[in-house]
Amino acid sequence: MLAGLLIVFPLIAALLVFMAKGKGARNLALGFSILQFALSLVALFQFKHNPTSHHLLLNCTWVKSLGINFAVGLDGFAMLLVLLTTFLVPLIIVTSFKNTYEKENIFYGLILLMQMALVGVFMANDGFLFYVFWELALIPIYFICLMWGGENRGKITFKFFVYTLLGSLFMLVGLVYLYNNSMSLAGTKSWAIQDLINSGRSLGEGQQSIIFWLIFIAFAIKMPIFPFHTWQPDTYVTAPTQGTMLLSGIMAKMGTFGVMKWLLPIVPMGIEKWGGFAIGLSIVGVIYGSCIAIVQKDYKRLIAYSSFAHVGLIGAGILTATAQGLQGAMLQMVAHGINAVGLFLIADILLRHTGTRDIDKLGGIRSMNGNFAVLFLIVMLGAVALPLTSGFPGEFLLINGVFQFSATAAAFAGLSVILGAVYMLRSYQSIMLGDRKDSNITFGSLDGSDKAVLIIICAAIIAFGVYPKALTDITEPAVKALMQNLK
Amino acid sequence: MKGFLVISALGVLAMLAEVFKFKRILLPLVVLGILAAYALNYMEWEHPYSISYFQNMIAFDKVALAFSGVILITTFFWFILANNTYDNEPHMVDHYALVLFAVTGAIMMTAFTNMTTLFIGIEIMSIPLYVLAASKKNNINSNEAGFKYLIMGSFASAFLLFGIALIYGATGSFDLNEIRAYIASNPGNMPSFFYAGVIMMLIAMCFKVSAAPFHFWAPDVYHGSPTIITALMSTVVKTAAFAAFMRLFMIGFNGVNETWTGILVVVIALSLLISNITAAMQSNVKRMLAYSSISHAAFMLMVILANVRTNLSVNAILYYSLAYSIGSITAFGVLNAVTKYGNENFEEFNGLGKRNPVLAVCMTIAMLSLAGIPITAGFFAKYFVFTAMMTTTYKWLLILAVLTSAVGVYYYFKVIIAMYFKPAANEEPVEIDMGSKMVIILTALITVIIGVVPSYIAEMFSV
Repeated sequence: MLAGLLIVFPLIAALLVFMAKGKGARNLALGFSILQFALSLVALFQFKHNPTSHHLLLNCTWVKSLGINFAVGLDGFAMLLVLLTTFLVPLIIVTSFKNTYEKENIFYGLILLMQMALVGVFMANDGFLFYVFWELALIPIYFICLMWGGENRGKITFKFFVYTLLGSLFMLVGLVYLYNNSMSLAGTKSWAIQDLINSGRSLGEGQQSIIFWLIFIAFAIKMPIFPFHTWQPDTYVTAPTQGTMLLSGIMAKMGTFGVMKWLLPIVPMGIEKWGGFAIGLSIVGVIYGSCIAIVQKDYKRLIAYSSFAHVGLIGAGILTATAQGLQGAMLQMVAHGINAVGLFLIADILLRHTGTRDIDKLGGIRSMNGNFAVLFLIVMLGAVALPLTSGFPGEFLLINGVFQFSATAAAFAGLSVILGAVYMLRSYQSIMLGDRKDSNITFGSLDGSDKAVLIIICAAIIAFGVYPKALTDITEPAVKALMQNLK
Repeated sequence: MKGFLVISALGVLAMLAEVFKFKRILLPLVVLGILAAYALNYMEWEHPYSISYFQNMIAFDKVALAFSGVILITTFFWFILANNTYDNEPHMVDHYALVLFAVTGAIMMTAFTNMTTLFIGIEIMSIPLYVLAASKKNNINSNEAGFKYLIMGSFASAFLLFGIALIYGATGSFDLNEIRAYIASNPGNMPSFFYAGVIMMLIAMCFKVSAAPFHFWAPDVYHGSPTIITALMSTVVKTAAFAAFMRLFMIGFNGVNETWTGILVVVIALSLLISNITAAMQSNVKRMLAYSSISHAAFMLMVILANVRTNLSVNAILYYSLAYSIGSITAFGVLNAVTKYGNENFEEFNGLGKRNPVLAVCMTIAMLSLAGIPITAGFFAKYFVFTAMMTTTYKWLLILAVLTSAVGVYYYFKVIIAMYFKPAANEEPVEIDMGSKMVIILTALITVIIGVVPSYIAEMFSV
């Protein structure tokens, strides 16, 4: 019941917001998204109380003859990511308060629709439903980028769309293959995740390898992992700030989550054979992304590349299929989601206040606004993964996981920490410290809405850095169950 | 069968309208007649008076009823859509009669059990369409379309006839079931001209569904004909042609599938490649839709190729035809409204999101559906094809289909991008009559509804 509500509520909210007029749409959307967060807190309470409660599961028939069910549920992974989504969406809506968008009702309606699809992806327990939500998430973000994006948005969003759609279609082929090979208890074909897992495991190594690549490509494009990342930097830069936040904060997690839930248990032999190669690709991406981030002039583009590097490390950690890697990945998904929203907000604030995001032109902002400097510092340190910030435990566990897999790989993955510190600290130094480089650039006090969001984000960064157990408690049983499943 | 009779009677009635001066009430009469035909059709579903008629020439079994249902639904929408176009047309009555006769032929094609009925059905459907394609008498493109369609159509009919003759020569019968029985009782020792006959009929049917490399007529005919006639061609005609194709090859020639599957694989692969690559290069929306229809034909052919002898493939083709027909009605309806202000190029759609938001949203849904994005009908249509193909040995075709689908997204989204992203040349709002608007909204809604709840159609024939 509760599980169904988590998906249906944002859908209804989106439809209502579509009908609202003017500023009303914005406030309505914020109200609904906060309610949705409250709803997910109720779910969390229920989850803590009784993880196997029937309130957290829903299973109704959709297309009977094809074995398709509307099956959703919350396990530890889903719970955490649903919380992340519902926590970030209200913040993302608040960050838009200082921007004026045409057709606000459509804009906010699409954000809520996106939220529905994302929650659906995380909760789906049916392969077909997963695919439908997966595709559904693409449509609102495509329109958000297309209608409110920056320069050259037509071409760039288009590339993004075709790229991800192509990946998804390959995934569909892979899933249909698994479905055709599946056999439920009742003796019919079935899309239920457990049946797909059994179906995948009954295949030989060769077939598992093919399935691995068909499905992995979809996830690799979404995350993205090198060399499937070419859509990402341009899309992140062109999209409106809120679109970028949705893309990097939450949508990139769809890919990493997908690998965890829909790839690791289904094709263990495929992972054994090709996982190392995929980890290699991820780590190449980590280093490649970090190196390119170092030379960026546009701050938003810099964050885009850093996001690429971070997500690559998460992917590598998951593909090691070790307990540390998985646990670290979960922590890092949350940490990176929160950080990404903070950093992209900062890029947006810089642009709004100074009219530029060019690192070389900005300077000495600390002397103009000390509060902003402190908040920026905390977010930035979170991204660098300093101990006692939320980035640290995740990154530590991830590298630990990669180390168990291969020490050489871990050595290269570890470089990401150093390189991350280089571009983050350098850009902070250039933007905030030193003297003003351009006397025309002024920086007044922060707007209330921006300040509120940054403070919440900083609080979350510190809280989860000091007490990561709050997060690991949620995912621990799920990681254990998954590890059990992998043996 | 009763529905079929009602539609043919309607055609005759329409011809009389001019003489007896009830032209003004013809449209309501026709629409009511179609609804009545649909209702009769529906009643026969549960309680058929009889299945086969005229000494087994034609059989309205459930499959035939389902496909004629799809044809009747699209015809119903088509007439309301066409109303405005034909308002000031002096020969409106003739047009209506011709369309109704074409639909009669189409329904006949869904229900044939005898090769002669198939041939007569195809001709009854095609001849009015040759005339309708050329119905813009002063337009050189329309004349070209009519002429080309006639020449190519006759060519295909010749193939069909020759094929029928050869098969008759071998089996001594026109009856589909007898041919089937003949194949079953003479495995491996049929005369070689029997196989030649099968291949000739395959070629003729590929002409009719406009699959590559027999597709050359399609883009010019679609482009040259009046938009509203193109809408008819890409919905009613396609559905009928596929119903016939399915009946002929999955029932009649099922026993000799090794003869025709090899050719069909090449046809499908070529159709996928040629149509999608060429469609991506078009600057004219109508031509783009024409090429895309070839790609959809290839998808439906894949189901026939998969040749799953259960009802799975019937469901798949039925669902695909409905999804494609409904989506096309929306698309051509919007195209018809937009092109009143100029030509049919992509630029005409620029700024439609501002000029008429409702049409833009409906067009977006139609494009998403044709591109196969969930939760629209087009997605499930493609999905059923994928599941059917998964059981065959031609899995590589699936990969090709996936890759070309991505190309498909490119040209369908060009329309969406134009509507929302490109500035309009003139800001004047796009006017549309009430009836067409209702049809466009309704079809867009149906696209979403059967995309969310596909079970009703997808499970029409229990697997």
